Amino acid sequence: MESLERILQEHSFVKDLATEHIQLIVGCAKNVIFEPEKFLFKEDEEASEFYIIRSGKVALEIYTPEYGPITIQTLGEGDVLGWSWLIPPYEWRFDARAVEFTRAIALDGKCLRGKCEHDPKLGYELMKRLANLFEQRLYAMRLQLLDIYNLRSTK
Amino acid sequence: MDAMIPQSYRIQRVIKETHDTFTLELKPPDHLGQFIFNAGQFNMLYLFGVGEVPISISGDPSKTETLTHTLRAVGTVTKQMSKLKKGDWIGVRGPFGSHWPVKESIGNDVVIIAGGIGLAPLRPTIYKILSMRQQFGKIILLYGTRTPADILFRRELEKLRSRLDIDIYVTVDHATPVWKGNVGVVTTLIQRSPFDPFNTTAMICGPEIMMRYTISELTKRGVKSENIFVSMERNMKCAVGFCGHCQYGTKFICKDGPVFNYEQIKKLFGKREL
Repeated sequence: MESLERILQEHSFVKDLATEHIQLIVGCAKNVIFEPEKFLFKEDEEASEFYIIRSGKVALEIYTPEYGPITIQTLGEGDVLGWSWLIPPYEWRFDARAVEFTRAIALDGKCLRGKCEHDPKLGYELMKRLANLFEQRLYAMRLQLLDIYNLRSTK
Repeated sequence: MDAMIPQSYRIQRVIKETHDTFTLELKPPDHLGQFIFNAGQFNMLYLFGVGEVPISISGDPSKTETLTHTLRAVGTVTKQMSKLKKGDWIGVRGPFGSHWPVKESIGNDVVIIAGGIGLAPLRPTIYKILSMRQQFGKIILLYGTRTPADILFRRELEKLRSRLDIDIYVTVDHATPVWKGNVGVVTTLIQRSPFDPFNTTAMICGPEIMMRYTISELTKRGVKSENIFVSMERNMKCAVGFCGHCQYGTKFICKDGPVFNYEQIKKLFGKREL
């Protein structure tokens, strides 16, 4: 458990949290591995965990009846995966599939939700970190939508 | 030699790279014998009777017997150029402009970040740096493009990847189901790239909006603006700073650029009026 604490402490999502908060989070964390092609979660399933990817690659996918699964984003080492555990109805909106052998830290979202309700300071700290994550993903997604490599210069 | 008079170069080889990009390998005229340039410079290519366009040089600077350009068929001139064949003639003026800071980066990690056709102007730098490999720290290429079918120099990238002294990360904005690589914009690769931000030179070429967000991510990682270099694109006509078409604040892209130190132009960068 000590090494899990050290790994989490170094991650930007957890870094700089108060020691007691880090310990609370470590109490909700476990090491997990996913073989290639194994799903971390699927759309509509209950979102009870989220992940900090330590190595490997995970594809976020939307399943379409016409084309099958379409990858909308891949995440890798250091990335945080999943926030549906915090937002009702606590169900995944996408599929997440390991593209390569993937090692991650799974954090029990249900457990953390409860801890955040009882400790608003922890809740606010985690919300700030998640807001930063939302901003980064939204930013990247907007750029992706721009189709920048297909735009013609007007200068 | 008059910088305004094109020299006739014969096309030795045409390579179809992707559905809308192609490479022209040109043989310098006998009276010149060779073409010497620095990585990052461009030429004005003239298709007689059609028009002239500024195109960065995409070949190996050490191979002076061949001049290489990679183009995307998007405008009137480049679309006509895409129809050229081996043995045809093309007019060339150049080389013009500034170059990537290869020698100035010695001792540093080098991060090369390319978007779309922006990989072509950076390719000479990759050749140059790899020819002096021992003198640099980590060399990392981050390349983003639209779809897997749009990946430029694909075979060459695969070959480079097999070297153990350069890290190459490719990402696409839109993936097909068979694609097993990264999906997402190129900026998302920056945070997880293994370079030392305090000892890194970054060289960026791609659409201006991509460069803007790339600089923002590099700055977040701690790379200083004086260690970031960008290749700018504007409507270059004369290529020698006479006509003013490519004026960029107090600078001319053709003469003072196209490669700029970001620190020198950051007040101009992203200005809508320019």
